[in-house]
Amino acid sequence: MRDILPDIREWRAAGEEIALATVVKASGSAPRQAGAKLAVTRTGKMSGSVSGGCVEGAVFEKAMTVLDSGRPEVVHYGISDELAWDVGLSCGGQIDVFIEPFEDQ
Amino acid sequence: MSGIHEQLLNAIEQEHGALLATQITGERPGAKLLVLDDGHVAGELFPAELHDQVRADAGRLLNSGEATTRSYQVGDEQIDVYIESHLPPRRMVVVGAVHTAIHLVTFAKEFDCHTTVVDAREMFATRERFPHADELHVGWPDEIMPDLNLGPQTDIVMLAHDPKFEDPAMEVALNSRAGYIGAMGSKSTSADRNERLKARGFSDEQIARIHGPIGLNLGGKTPPEIALSIMAEIVAVRRGKDPRGSQSPVKPAKADQ
Repeated sequence: MRDILPDIREWRAAGEEIALATVVKASGSAPRQAGAKLAVTRTGKMSGSVSGGCVEGAVFEKAMTVLDSGRPEVVHYGISDELAWDVGLSCGGQIDVFIEPFEDQ
Repeated sequence: MSGIHEQLLNAIEQEHGALLATQITGERPGAKLLVLDDGHVAGELFPAELHDQVRADAGRLLNSGEATTRSYQVGDEQIDVYIESHLPPRRMVVVGAVHTAIHLVTFAKEFDCHTTVVDAREMFATRERFPHADELHVGWPDEIMPDLNLGPQTDIVMLAHDPKFEDPAMEVALNSRAGYIGAMGSKSTSADRNERLKARGFSDEQIARIHGPIGLNLGGKTPPEIALSIMAEIVAVRRGKDPRGSQSPVKPAKADQ
């Protein structure tokens, strides 16, 4: 959180709509462990990471639907050997990513 | 009252320890409980039974530094709660502004460690030698150290190699809650220092906190090599692999280092 904090502060000051994605479970040779975070804005800004770049695009898409609905979601990403072009982790790891609106409760 | 996320950001900026629990399944995914190390509590998990269970675990998890998802049994239901502990920033206090200290501060910066260098000798503790240190103090280490917030997140590294500076500083270190204490010096230098500390009333248990001779056995000779071996030992200790343990996969420095 510390690494993405300055960006979040800046975005909030600018009135950006922000979603926060957090790796809540990781297994196998996942590139980032539980606790890794990616913050994104409606306007397409990104800070941090939840993988080695493999699933950030998909997380961004999902984050937009979470911002639309206002409902948090858990998304599972695993190995994608069956469909080579599917979104997945080529390293063979598996991660669960919790995606939520970054808002005051 | 501001939101939980906002309160967490504030806590991190103010260098508080913080525990954030986020419910990821059950009736209210996204519900949060925040517990700070000063006792502040905010937010609510649902149902109340879940809230109480997580609240009961919070104290123990607050200083774990871990991020993990735990399952709680609430009635017939299992509810997953993602819990992350945010520790205050790491600090390193280096006593002795010697050549090795210059390299050690460089390494420590790579670990996002807040670095403080202390030496009574003005000639050594200069900004020219330590442009990269967050804090540089010229003065007696035992007088300066009590003001440095020596908590569990602090590593204290003694490189002055002179009992005149180091013995009083070591007493401050041993009376602190620092997570790591290491001191440069051969096995016999270390043994002599330990005898002096014993004579000053410190117990074997207290003295056993000192890593000396400092560092892992990398076979290094030069200042950057020695600094690396010190940094490596700190990583090992912080990761629960104390090199002095008989089962440890890493080995402490040789006596002649």
